[in-house]
Amino acid sequence: MKWVLVAGVLALLALPAVLSSYALTLFILIFFYGFLGQAWNIVGGYAGQLSAGHAAFVGVGGYTATMLSIELGLTPWVGMLIGGVLAALLGAIIGYLGFRFGLRGFYFVLLTVAFAEICRVAVSNIDALGGPLGLYITFTGNPRQFQFQDGRVYYYIALALMLVATLTAWAIERRRFGIYLAAIREDEAAAEALGVNAFKYKMLAMVVSSFLTGLGGTFYAFYLFSLQPNTLFGIPLSVEIIIRPIVGGAGTLLGPILGSFILTPLAEISRLYLGQGGLHGAHLIAYGVLLIGVVLFLPEGVYPRLRRALARRSGQTR
Amino acid sequence: MSLLVARGLSKRFGGLHAVARLDMEIARGEMLGLIGPNGAGKTTVFNLLSGFLVLDAGDIVLDGHSIVGLPPHAICRLGLARTFQIVRPFPRMTVLENVRVGALARCPRAPEALARAREVVARVGLGPRERVAAGALTLADRKRLELARALATGPALLLLDEVMAGLNPTEIETIIQLIRAIHASGVSILLIEHNMRAVMALSQRIVVLSFGERIAEGAPAEIAHHPKVVEAYLGEEYVRAAPA
Amino acid sequence: MLQGVVSGLLFGGVYSLMAVGLTLIFGVMRVVNFAHGDMMVWGMYLAYVLATRAGIDPYASFLVCAAALFALGFVVQRGLVDRIVDAPHEMQILLMLGVALVLENVALVAFGPEPTRVRSPLASATLWLGPVFVDVARLVTFLVAVALTTALWAFLFRTDLGRTIRAAADNTYGALVVGTDVRRVYAVAFGVGAACVGAAGALVSPILPFQPPTGLSLSVASFNIVIIGGMGSLLGAFVGGLLVSLAESLGAVFLKPSLKELFSFSLLIVILLIRPAGLFGRRSA
Repeated sequence: MKWVLVAGVLALLALPAVLSSYALTLFILIFFYGFLGQAWNIVGGYAGQLSAGHAAFVGVGGYTATMLSIELGLTPWVGMLIGGVLAALLGAIIGYLGFRFGLRGFYFVLLTVAFAEICRVAVSNIDALGGPLGLYITFTGNPRQFQFQDGRVYYYIALALMLVATLTAWAIERRRFGIYLAAIREDEAAAEALGVNAFKYKMLAMVVSSFLTGLGGTFYAFYLFSLQPNTLFGIPLSVEIIIRPIVGGAGTLLGPILGSFILTPLAEISRLYLGQGGLHGAHLIAYGVLLIGVVLFLPEGVYPRLRRALARRSGQTR
Repeated sequence: MSLLVARGLSKRFGGLHAVARLDMEIARGEMLGLIGPNGAGKTTVFNLLSGFLVLDAGDIVLDGHSIVGLPPHAICRLGLARTFQIVRPFPRMTVLENVRVGALARCPRAPEALARAREVVARVGLGPRERVAAGALTLADRKRLELARALATGPALLLLDEVMAGLNPTEIETIIQLIRAIHASGVSILLIEHNMRAVMALSQRIVVLSFGERIAEGAPAEIAHHPKVVEAYLGEEYVRAAPA
Repeated sequence: MLQGVVSGLLFGGVYSLMAVGLTLIFGVMRVVNFAHGDMMVWGMYLAYVLATRAGIDPYASFLVCAAALFALGFVVQRGLVDRIVDAPHEMQILLMLGVALVLENVALVAFGPEPTRVRSPLASATLWLGPVFVDVARLVTFLVAVALTTALWAFLFRTDLGRTIRAAADNTYGALVVGTDVRRVYAVAFGVGAACVGAAGALVSPILPFQPPTGLSLSVASFNIVIIGGMGSLLGAFVGGLLVSLAESLGAVFLKPSLKELFSFSLLIVILLIRPAGLFGRRSA
């Protein structure tokens, strides 16, 4: 299995040589959403704390780096880290309020949605941040400003982000941190009785997750050259973030990646064929149907099912 | 030498005094039985001792430290572990993985915790079923798993909440042996049990609770014929009828 | 300001009806209907279609909308929710989220993103009631909403089916033991809950401009109310509806309209944090 992964990564590294520019863009999106999904996976999958407001961290990260770049000329490479830290701060606040006050399940989901929406409305109303129309980044092609003439650089950055998030999740998964998160997800009270400080580990997961997601915000802003509060903080983005890991397999290492490889091309195709003029909601319908389908038929996600099928095929038992 | 000293424990739920001014002591190395009719407050005592419920009044000192107000995970790390009356395995984890969670309290590094877990799993007799998902175990095995998990945290004091409930006589016999073995290895035990045979066989001393208060305490033989105990379980009419 | 108070109270009738529907669904089967607001929006669009294609005024068609939404709720429960009653709560949340996504975006595709309103002759009439003037539309909406809530109360407390539903809510196993077809009861309860917002949607369609994303703000308002009033408490939902509507309309008096959403969401967070533990405890929804 490890060799398959290594081969896969090598293949991805070599791919840009043969891809058309459209395919390149597709892969950038696959990696980017895979990255965001993996970041979410740490708190939503491994820790089992369903957050439906992760777009807030993308927004905070993106806006921070952009404003620092516009106002202070600070390079987005540093702005990205600062954005991540601010996103982590927001994550800590949401986590603290949620976990200290015992908000679980549905209540926690509501809390995260509420925060994301507050950010969205607040930013839309602050003219200094561009108001409802948002901010635009002038094209300079200067690498120091996180801008590249060659699309392939974005490809490698997005791939690197996805690998970093995945390595982080992998490191967490095999240590006490990850094992404790799994225990919390299965039964928090039983975990507490075994010495697990649930509050501390949920907070850690939240902070790590929101930091990584915040980094993604900078990429998003500087890849698309614009930010709008409705896009960057909105529920549709939160849905995009969570649907890939959920379909692929929440709480597994490869789930978010697999989910992105499955869903991103599908979303792009539906956007191409149905997205003309106001029908941009169509792919969200597909997402809704998929969510329902996964919950009813594949609750663990595609990856665990796949892994079991493959194991049976090769005659091994786990 | 006292391992656990509880003084004046009180807990109210609305108008109901679940536990009222209870004093209790457990010596190091002791196996204490806690019995009483349903609703006497036994599980409430467990929840108070293990930090799952907040005391209204009273003090609990474990091995010299006051543990009042501490959260369950801190109390576990100080050496008090508990099982639940209705077992709560981590269903999607294997037996080994379940116990590993407990072992991590003693061995922070995952590989060592796994090794320790393996030992404990073997000790309780679940070795052959190490890799089975906890959700797929029989009730008796789940009880053993619950025990193993708590044991893996390396407690000085183990609280067992009705471990025998729902088991058949053979399974009960096995668990009694297991508990004896755990006790012999140096773990002090406080057990809540309805199965009188088991309580009498295992306990060195018994505390009897009724309506949140201690009504009797002593060696198993004394308790069996104690008038207050008979009255609590069977009602006044039976006190005189109790065999000498 | 008195104007604001009266307006708020009148609108509260609709909020109450909406909240009662949500709390009923939760009370009976412990399911949080994330798609509640989106179902209400469908009630609104249905009223719109009936008004524009068949010329039926929403104040006449609301019962039809209620019936249609009842069917939707029944089907959603029977076909979807029923299959995962035993699954962990996260699954339930994701399922209803999926339903919400489908409902909202089908509406988007079918009706477009522009805000709409239903034309009703009552909508422009006003009355003087003492020192304030009152929208006839709002007044009628309020009265009908209260009438419907009362009817629902009567259904739940005075009819056999209603009692069965309450029994199943209180004690599922008990209900099963006495032979209740619990699955059917659940489906009916969900249907009734959906019917509430079907009616509420129709009633409010001449007053409130709506578009597919309105579903989310309506859902949030419902959650606000139900959490204040106590999940599962009908009286709480009813009173809560009036209170929250009042609070929102007072808020609108003092704040910029675009900040109204900010206010609602902040209110929701505050309520989430201070909800009395006793009403509901640490139980996960």
